[in-house]
Amino acid sequence: MSGTYLGMPSFPKAAREAVHNETLRGNLRHATHTIRDKRAKAVAELSDWAQLREAGKQIKDRTLRHLDQYLVQLEESVTAAGGTVHWAADGDEANRIVAGLVKATGEREVVKVKSMATQEIGLNEALEAEGIAAYETDLAELIVQLGEDRPSHILVPAIHRNRGEIREIFARTMSEWGRPAPEGLTDAPAELAEAARLHLREKFLRAKVGISGANFMVAETGTLVVVESEGNGRMCLTLPETLISVVGIEKTVPTWQDLEVFLQTLPRSSTAERMNPYTSTWTGTTDADGPQDFHLVLLDNGRTDTLADEVGRQALRCIRCSACLNVCPVYERAGGHAYGSVYPGPIGAILSPQLRGTESEIDASLPYASSLCGACYDVCPVAIDIPEVLVHLRERVAGQGGRGHRLEKAAMKAAGWVLNHPAALAAGEKAASKTRALHPRRLPGAAAWTDSRDLPEVPPEPFRDWWKKNRT
Amino acid sequence: MSSRDQILARVRAAVAGAPEAPEVTRDYLTTHTADDPVAVLDLLHENLADYRALVHRTRPDGLPALLARLLAERGATTVLAPPGLPAGWLAESTAARTDDTPASTAQELDAVDSVVTGCAVAIAETGTIVLDGGAGQGRRRITLVPDHHICVVRAPEQVVASVPQALPRLDPARPLTWISGPSATSDIELNRVEGVHGPRTLEVVLVEEGTSTE
Repeated sequence: MSGTYLGMPSFPKAAREAVHNETLRGNLRHATHTIRDKRAKAVAELSDWAQLREAGKQIKDRTLRHLDQYLVQLEESVTAAGGTVHWAADGDEANRIVAGLVKATGEREVVKVKSMATQEIGLNEALEAEGIAAYETDLAELIVQLGEDRPSHILVPAIHRNRGEIREIFARTMSEWGRPAPEGLTDAPAELAEAARLHLREKFLRAKVGISGANFMVAETGTLVVVESEGNGRMCLTLPETLISVVGIEKTVPTWQDLEVFLQTLPRSSTAERMNPYTSTWTGTTDADGPQDFHLVLLDNGRTDTLADEVGRQALRCIRCSACLNVCPVYERAGGHAYGSVYPGPIGAILSPQLRGTESEIDASLPYASSLCGACYDVCPVAIDIPEVLVHLRERVAGQGGRGHRLEKAAMKAAGWVLNHPAALAAGEKAASKTRALHPRRLPGAAAWTDSRDLPEVPPEPFRDWWKKNRT
Repeated sequence: MSSRDQILARVRAAVAGAPEAPEVTRDYLTTHTADDPVAVLDLLHENLADYRALVHRTRPDGLPALLARLLAERGATTVLAPPGLPAGWLAESTAARTDDTPASTAQELDAVDSVVTGCAVAIAETGTIVLDGGAGQGRRRITLVPDHHICVVRAPEQVVASVPQALPRLDPARPLTWISGPSATSDIELNRVEGVHGPRTLEVVLVEEGTSTE
């Protein structure tokens, strides 16, 4: 599989294919609706949710405002606790550092905790090019890796796969990577999880090098935090001799106390649990407990560019809970792959174009991958105003010029006039209904706008006429 | 210029004109539960069970017999006990006691039937127990590799209501493991399945003050 997304089609193109895939839509609809309902209940248990959300926002804003000081403090604390800190300006540099560290151990394989940062920089592919095998150990990441697929959700990367597809992937490919799937494997979730357990356990027990990201890094103590469910994270953080953590610089929080906010808001927002099954914290190295060699790679890779944008920088508050994906009507239909980035959904639509710039077709299209309904802002536990950033980024993309934008402006101006003149609107509606059989599915002359939008069917009679007939 | 200096310079340039961020307002609650040790313990019990931990309650004098029964019911012939586990806890169990030494391999741990530990603190509102590697808790790996973990919580002194109450009692310099129910995954159509990688069975014993004849 490829972790890079160069040459991806723009969002509208990719989304059009996705919405015609009924299996995908079914899988997604089931998953997002289940989790959004559960989340609402978990959040309702805390009467001070609004205050926690505001505190989370403020902690992150304050951290970002003084990020230079906190990063230096973090470096000092990690070093004092026996770790080694490396700085990587971009993905290539981070990959070089990690590959060098792995090679220095003499090992040729590593086990990995699910990490958005390492997905973002394509670490697995970079390691493969250096002759190092990287095994994903999160169940969903395993499904994605074995299926030569790409993750489609931040929290549940294989959300687009149903149990039948997972069974098929395990039965077909596990033997190529290690212990084969058991004979007669069915699609029962418990059996599939057991197959993954056996397949991965042999890797955990022999692994000498583990690679992780982190959910949080505490500047004052040098502590890293990984929040997870399965225990694969604990395996990778505990059994190897060497641990390498690759973490975006924005994951810093100033104090140990700050965790009291995020350890309440993150689990409830992401998996809709009061607390996730496992949370591990580690501060440098500890005698005879866990890896004796710890390296922290601090990753920029576009984060400082994002920080420089006064509207867009709030995206760096993100704690990767994925609540915004699960409520998004666009994500629910288009699926994660359409976003052409490891960060899908509403947060991806603002984060990817900021991290990568808006030059490519896909990145220029992402700020438009939204109906601006605002549900993402409502559920965000750190109050990122995603619609505000989307509109801001649309301005940036429009400022770059390009076909279509002038036409859109003209159409909007015309629509504004019609909507302000009720008589014209009523006449137009009547005319539209009478001629509905003749309407094209696309508007001629406005291809740049309508290529990516199917025109809705015109109803047989105007709403005003229907109202007069039925309600007056 | 090193990448370190480059990144720090870019951060400084990026926020140079930004307004000062206000001090953080911490007007959220430090607990959501009434200050009543009995209610807090009941809530811990309820939330542990809700995440499918098996919960038992006893008095200190009943603990050895309870642990012996739980190990026997599990059919455990070997039990791993970390250094510092109170000697009497396993006095009545017939399972062979093994110790975790730095030389023990992960494969050896994988062959152990059960592990018994204490904890550092337990959080009622989230149904979480926290281990910090202190006496009676051992290295992280012993509560990870064996398939059956029995954790003993002493009430009320090790029980707090909330996450904000737990953090000040924990030392970040120690390797901390927070456990809320057994290992679980929801990656297959969001069905919760226990025990992908960690112990598939978590039993928590809540030990309340007093004697069993009270």
